[in-house]
Amino acid sequence: MLVVEKLRLALNGKPIINDLSLHVEKGEIHGILGENGTGKTTIAYLIMGANNYKPTAGRIIFQGQDIADLSVSQRAKKGITLAWQEPARVEGLTVRDYLTLSGNHRKINQIERYLWMVGMEPGQYLDRDIDATLSGGERKRIELASVLAMHPKLAILDEPDSGIDIVSLPLILNGIVEMNRQGSSVLLITHSERVAEIAHRVSILCAGNIIRTGAPSETSQWFKNNCLTCPHINEPTDEIK
Amino acid sequence: MIGYSVEKEYQGMIDAYERAGGDKSALQSRDVAKLVIHENRVLSADSVKGLKIETKETETGVNVNFIIEEGAKIPRPVHLCFGILPKEGLQEIVMKVDAQDNSEVHVIAHCIFPKAVKVIHKMDADIEIGNNAKFDYKETHYHGEFGGIEVIPKARVKVGKGGVWQSTFALSQGLVGKLDYDFEVTCQEKAVAELIVKAYGKGSDDIKIWEKIYLNGTGARGLAKSRLVLSDKAKAEVRGETYGNAPHARGHVDCIELVNGTEAVARAIPIVSVTDGKAKVTHEAAIGSIDRKQIETLMARGLDEDEAVDVIVRGILR
Repeated sequence: MLVVEKLRLALNGKPIINDLSLHVEKGEIHGILGENGTGKTTIAYLIMGANNYKPTAGRIIFQGQDIADLSVSQRAKKGITLAWQEPARVEGLTVRDYLTLSGNHRKINQIERYLWMVGMEPGQYLDRDIDATLSGGERKRIELASVLAMHPKLAILDEPDSGIDIVSLPLILNGIVEMNRQGSSVLLITHSERVAEIAHRVSILCAGNIIRTGAPSETSQWFKNNCLTCPHINEPTDEIK
Repeated sequence: MIGYSVEKEYQGMIDAYERAGGDKSALQSRDVAKLVIHENRVLSADSVKGLKIETKETETGVNVNFIIEEGAKIPRPVHLCFGILPKEGLQEIVMKVDAQDNSEVHVIAHCIFPKAVKVIHKMDADIEIGNNAKFDYKETHYHGEFGGIEVIPKARVKVGKGGVWQSTFALSQGLVGKLDYDFEVTCQEKAVAELIVKAYGKGSDDIKIWEKIYLNGTGARGLAKSRLVLSDKAKAEVRGETYGNAPHARGHVDCIELVNGTEAVARAIPIVSVTDGKAKVTHEAAIGSIDRKQIETLMARGLDEDEAVDVIVRGILR
């Protein structure tokens, strides 16, 4: 479904993504596990075309087409979407309006179902604005509900667990699994091994490159043993390379 | 009762009122208080129990006395409809409002100038809100697409002990033309004032907003809020002033101006002043382009960039 080939990005002359290759299969939850500053959000932006990021080199192929020159809207219309790590707040835009436009004007009972799926009672939230009156965790869950409403072919979820309290985390993880069940492939970007466990495969990111891909339990263990204890921040040691 | 000679004129106002978003049935209902003025002619002025509307036509407009009797709670919103239907004209409304102690009313006003090419609309209001009275005023303008209009609403509002004044002025349909909005509210003990202005400037619109709140009584509260969106060559200047002059007075000035494009010009001048050590007044003002992340969030859900901007603009002016 998604093939990323030898992707590079340099910002102000500094390499951020270095020859990164990755593929996400249809129907797969693919985890990207990495510490802060390894380039996780940059990959999300590059695939979505957000923040004016354009690859310095390499290709991003979605369903057989190179999408690197397409706008965010054009990519969304092809079935890709992104849930931001820190979702935007828009004064005067209600949760109802946001989910309705995300769901291409689905009926209200369907919209309500997506809120229930992320543990939010529709009656309490539908008429609220997605503005600063929502907590960070509420806004994150609404972002996930909006992705659920969209039924994308590929959902890029950038740290969906950040800012989420321990009680709400299972709801978020269930929402992601449900999203996958309803047919979406998921690129799940996280720094948490616990979150990565719901993936089918996990890739470890270091210094803008994938250094290992495998089954979640094995890869997460390797991440714990090697990355969390590694003194070379964002500099893979020779043996890892 | 409407005379035959003005029936067509009245129908024209009702139709324009509906196009501007007004509730047409309210203007046709006998048990709803309403006032319809076209140019300097009073087409309809209906009072209800507890509320009196007195009018006097002048050469250039209408003088209006609006009285809510002591203790009267007016159950249904009062509808005001002012306008000029031809391309040219002058309308000067001089209004005196006396909302007596413990009264309560909700007023919905529509000001309609759908074909304005050379129109001036002035409103000069002296408003007294009695002790524990509540006055909620929402004014929506519709100016058409020619931009040939000058709107000058000025009001001096005095809010008595425990009284509440809430007003919203919205001008987001059609071109603004030239707007010179100037509202001043003085609050006594535990009185509340909320002034909200929302406007969408396009073309060569020229917008001046001046909101002043004087918190003169102990525990008085005030909010001066403005939301403007500017595109093309529109320009706007917003002055939001709040003065905390009494113990425990609390005020806030909140201004957001979004500039969409490279030629529009926005200025914000918040003034906060405290003359009592136990008062507190805060302000926040933000001027800038529409946040790229907001636009991309909506684009990532499948909206085109223009559609995304439209959703954001409509939200902020809602």
